[in-house]
Amino acid sequence: MPQQNMIQALRSAQDVLLERDPNVVIFGEDVGYFGGVFRTTDGLQEKYGKHRVFDAPITESGIVAAALGMGVNDLRPIAEIQFADYIFPGFDQIISELSRLRYRSAGQYWVPVTIRSPWGGGIHGGQTHSQSPEAFFTHIPGVKVVVPSTPYEAKGLLISSVEDDDPVIFFEPKRLYNGPFDGDWQGTAKSWSAHPGGDVPEGHYTIPLSQAKVVRPGAAATILVYGTMVHVAQAAVEVSGIDAEIIDLRTLVPLDLDTIVWSVQKTGRCVIIHEAPQTSGFGAELSAAVQEECFWHLEAPIQRVAGWDTHYPHAHEWDYFPSQARITRALERVMEA
Amino acid sequence: MVQQHYTGEDETADEAKVVRMKFGKESLHVPAPAARPGDKPDFSRIAFDDAGAVSRPDPAAAARETFDLSFGLVRVLDDQGKLVGDWAPKIDPETLRKGLGHMMKVRAYDARMLRMHRQGKMSFYMTSTGEEAVAVAAAMALRGEDMLFPSYRQQGLHLVRGADLVDMASHCMSNARDNLMGRQLPVHYTRADLNLFSISGNLCTQFPQAVGWAMASAYKGESAVAASWIGEGSSAEGDFHVACTMAGVYHAPVLLNVVNNQWAISCYQGIAGGEETTFASKAIGYGFPGLRVDGNDFFAVWAATEWAAERARKGKGATLLELVTYRAGAHSTSDDPSRYRPKEEADAWPLGDPVERLKLHLVSIGEWSDDRHEQLGAEIADEVQKKLKEAESYGTLSDHKSVPPETLFDDIFKEMPKNLKRQREEYLSLR
Repeated sequence: MPQQNMIQALRSAQDVLLERDPNVVIFGEDVGYFGGVFRTTDGLQEKYGKHRVFDAPITESGIVAAALGMGVNDLRPIAEIQFADYIFPGFDQIISELSRLRYRSAGQYWVPVTIRSPWGGGIHGGQTHSQSPEAFFTHIPGVKVVVPSTPYEAKGLLISSVEDDDPVIFFEPKRLYNGPFDGDWQGTAKSWSAHPGGDVPEGHYTIPLSQAKVVRPGAAATILVYGTMVHVAQAAVEVSGIDAEIIDLRTLVPLDLDTIVWSVQKTGRCVIIHEAPQTSGFGAELSAAVQEECFWHLEAPIQRVAGWDTHYPHAHEWDYFPSQARITRALERVMEA
Repeated sequence: MVQQHYTGEDETADEAKVVRMKFGKESLHVPAPAARPGDKPDFSRIAFDDAGAVSRPDPAAAARETFDLSFGLVRVLDDQGKLVGDWAPKIDPETLRKGLGHMMKVRAYDARMLRMHRQGKMSFYMTSTGEEAVAVAAAMALRGEDMLFPSYRQQGLHLVRGADLVDMASHCMSNARDNLMGRQLPVHYTRADLNLFSISGNLCTQFPQAVGWAMASAYKGESAVAASWIGEGSSAEGDFHVACTMAGVYHAPVLLNVVNNQWAISCYQGIAGGEETTFASKAIGYGFPGLRVDGNDFFAVWAATEWAAERARKGKGATLLELVTYRAGAHSTSDDPSRYRPKEEADAWPLGDPVERLKLHLVSIGEWSDDRHEQLGAEIADEVQKKLKEAESYGTLSDHKSVPPETLFDDIFKEMPKNLKRQREEYLSLR
């Protein structure tokens, strides 16, 4: 099976989609001729023409709104927002329009739009190129929220997202574009070629948008995690020697609560990890859901490891970014009781 | 606490402070209308060209050759009801009578719905009185394949496209026949089968969406164009700029209509940026034509719409149309215009009443009469009354006859996810 990094896998997914469906178009800032600032659409304009893969003016609101209008007129657009941090000018179009068109029109109109956006920290991007704004979008009914953690997952989940008849926000952990990252920022950068998640089949395949994945079976505790932190959590588990089960949520909306409940009821302990600030982060929802469904199985208070309730710093990125050490401590705490 | 401001290190700093104190807050310009309640209506600041004063360029003309149209006024009907100038479209009398009937029906429907609102049969209502030509003439000049993205004051679009008043009123009363299943505030109509887009309620969001729809039409090589409507007040939204940028960049086949009805609730059009220039002229900066149009002139609205649609279908891109009109009624059932503008203003509006102006024309060419007008008015009143009575038989807001409430969980996604299924079960278990 060919080895690909996440950029190549995302490009391959879009190639497959453009090839199979003439209604698929891709647009966004710098995605056309240049192929995107992270190269995820590299060569696609040349292959499919500038009417199918094209540059957009710097207007996230316009990109989302135009994608909506196209979606109503039979197209299946993939709109790229260059950084998740830039999504907010388009926020109103997502919250007030995209999310509710099916609902407010009682099913007369719907929008098969996918918004792709590089997301998360770890690349020295400072406070406007590092954020993880997923919780804002999980709070509004009507949009699906997807975060892959490997090239294999990225391709299968992106194809599913674009083929889905509802709007999907597809956040790409940009620290994982070129290789898995275990949180050791001083260590040698790893490549996807040595990782099983870098095995990416050619052609079309899908991963359902409603299923979490157990990436490491374990009996002692359950870790709920997504995106870059999946890999940091895996490393922390190895270091700590605690036999934790790691569940990669993959899709935050719809949430695979069954898998979460099944695991926590088995282990009786739960650690939740994300990069975004802790307060009102998606971990708060996960924690509440676990408490509601698994209270009588819990042996210890649920632990959260999240970004601090600060903005994402530049010089002190690694003091902010949830570390293996913080995860290890949370695991130890959850095992204490 | 006051934030620290840099004032410079030289001695002029103190002087600057003195100047600021002297002129104080009065030096900030805040536009104000010429007349408020108690004042005599005054429209002397607004330029109204005579009918026929501006000429009609070829619809395929280069944008820059059209820019003077942003400051004139496309106007066909003169004060005697005669058609003047080269914008005059050729419309047969039968079609004109139809247009007149549509406008009269919109007005009659609005009047009756307003009464029903007062009787508690719906939570809210918005009339389009005085600006009926804006929607009716545009819808008649466009094709059925064209996709319309209205705001909340273009009920005429629905009537022209054949929406039944029973359905429209049923929606407004959120009854068992409401095709939006009680999910939308009244007058936020949606008819996918008539190519009428869902009305948001948030302002101007539909403008860039219409551009996207038009881009898709161009992508598919189809002849259909998109048209959207906002009020002049919401042209201040970022999405107006966004829509114009996108429409200009991609030559989207779209008609962007700004209905300048002078008032955005209590704020006159100067607050939205109409004091020093026209709304039509904003198109110039985006590189496409902006036509300033007499919105109370059925012929002018028709002609400008036809011109812009032909231009769009020829691949020449977008047109902005500023339809100069006057909102004769309140913004909605939630405001009282006598609190912010002179009561006599509607009657003093220099562009008159669109219904009366079209009637005058038809009478002047021997195709209509006062008797026929009166008869048609009676027929329409009768029809509206019957239709709205029928709509009431499906329920009103006050009698709580609506679609089954558990449908409130439907249509969040194509397939209902498990969390919503659980919540619906929880809801049903308590009924």
